Amino acid sequence: MMRVNGVEIEDTFAEAFGMWGARLVVTAETLEWARTAGAAATGFATSIIGCGCEAGINELVRAQDTPDDRPGIIVLLFTMSRAAMEQQLMLRIGQTIMTCPTTACYDGLPDGEERFKVGGKLRYFGDGFQRSKLLDGRRLWRIPVMDGEFVVEESFGAAKAVGGGNFFIMAGDLEHALAAAQAAVAAMRGVPGVVMPFPGGVVRSGSKTSSRYKGQHASSNTPYCPTLRGFEKSDLREGENAVLEIVIDGLTSDAVAEATRVGVVAACCDGVLRISAGNYGGSLGQFKFALHDLVSA
Amino acid sequence: MTCISCAGAALDRGGMTLTRRESSPIPVEADSICPDRFIGLNEADIARLPAFYGRRQVTLGDLFEIEGVGATDITVTGDLAAVKKIGHGMTMGRVTVEGPVGQHTGARMTGGELVVRGDAGDWLGAYMAGGRIIVEGNAGHFVGGAYSGDTKGMRGGTILVKGDVGREAGGRMRRGLIIVLGDTGEFTAARMLAGTVFVRGRLGARAGAGMKRGTVVAFGEVAELLPTFRYTCTYRPVFMRCYLRRLRETGLVAEGELEGELFRRSIGDLTNGGRGEVLVRAERE
Repeated sequence: MMRVNGVEIEDTFAEAFGMWGARLVVTAETLEWARTAGAAATGFATSIIGCGCEAGINELVRAQDTPDDRPGIIVLLFTMSRAAMEQQLMLRIGQTIMTCPTTACYDGLPDGEERFKVGGKLRYFGDGFQRSKLLDGRRLWRIPVMDGEFVVEESFGAAKAVGGGNFFIMAGDLEHALAAAQAAVAAMRGVPGVVMPFPGGVVRSGSKTSSRYKGQHASSNTPYCPTLRGFEKSDLREGENAVLEIVIDGLTSDAVAEATRVGVVAACCDGVLRISAGNYGGSLGQFKFALHDLVSA
Repeated sequence: MTCISCAGAALDRGGMTLTRRESSPIPVEADSICPDRFIGLNEADIARLPAFYGRRQVTLGDLFEIEGVGATDITVTGDLAAVKKIGHGMTMGRVTVEGPVGQHTGARMTGGELVVRGDAGDWLGAYMAGGRIIVEGNAGHFVGGAYSGDTKGMRGGTILVKGDVGREAGGRMRRGLIIVLGDTGEFTAARMLAGTVFVRGRLGARAGAGMKRGTVVAFGEVAELLPTFRYTCTYRPVFMRCYLRRLRETGLVAEGELEGELFRRSIGDLTNGGRGEVLVRAERE
């Protein structure tokens, strides 16, 4: 049996799926405004089940590392299809980043396999007064707005990515589960190329892909609900009274693997009894992340 | 079958040096001095390439001593003030001109890099569509301009002149970037269609006359703007930060050589739609 800090690491694996990922560089006059734009752009983007995409802020970028020498953030956005990616980029850049004071938005995946015209469509907001500049082969649109100009790149790249990496934290009580989850997320935020799309990076309403109700595609993950022990088949052990899940989306499987490793190790805190992971028996997902392999690597 | 660029790259990367045999004010047309024309040729072959000495057709070998191997890195030295069309139409490689050079240098080029370690004559980079020209001295009139009869001037690429330029720099320019670290003459970016001109020194009179679109940026003094330009606002254009950052990254300008955050924006020329702009650097109050 594998243990880290006395916490059992279950011999199982997380099953993840192929998605499309985009990387946006959002800059603003101050880091605070860049963060505000990022928070708006990644709001209501926890799960593709109901939000159309999964998104999060990946990292802060120093002014000297952005295209316009201003402080910025990296936003990662994941969808299941190319069509959904185009739609989500248009909606989120147009409705949240463009509306936020002083921002600009640049493509962070110039070598992506697919390109989606975003600035090239948003430009029409300029009502004929938009201007473009071609800088080293990249076209930037300058759309007049009330605080000056919104600069947005003509098109954004997207690449095949990985979504749905995960692990569960089983603790004796909610306080210890929360502390462990927060420690894990804090550690994982240092890994480039991944986001944890749920609120604060943590999800409590893990789901299974079946329901007793017609038309309901996802339902409560009953085997992991401590309040249902005794009614339903439970995967929880004696003493496990709170479970939190961390879901990981990444631009590459290596990034997801590294984030999982970092997160699992960081989550092995006092009061945590076991770390597990969600899968469908290995029959559905293209990517498998075995916890033992990752932690012992 | 390989393309010309690949063939050039496949050649050895040694240098080829052409040294002018004599000084003469008689114009020489030497559009053969171009990496594309040297591909696959040895010294003897290159010496047989044609040139014009006044009205007389001669060979490069008559005018230049030629030594070295390779097509992708050419150095031209000697008295070149009357030598025209060096690098004309080049698509790749690098040409370095040691000293002042004549007219039409780098005209119609579409790729590669041309460096002039001195002054350049008129029509530098005229009608160019790509690549990069760096002039360490001054340049004459019509930098990146359009030839008579052409509706467009420069269509892409970058020209950097570290000194002054004459009149009508960027005339009828369609795309690309011209940076002048010194002063410009009259009618900079006249009838410009699009593209960008940066001027660190004094922007000459009547800049942007007849411009349709495009951007002229003055980092220093401005002689006067035509009355057909209308002031709109003083603001911080984010796209300028992108340009300045990229220019520093590519080494075209040094840290602190071109700076500015706040600019006064005027639109014009109102006689031609008024969709162009002149940005003049403003100081923080």
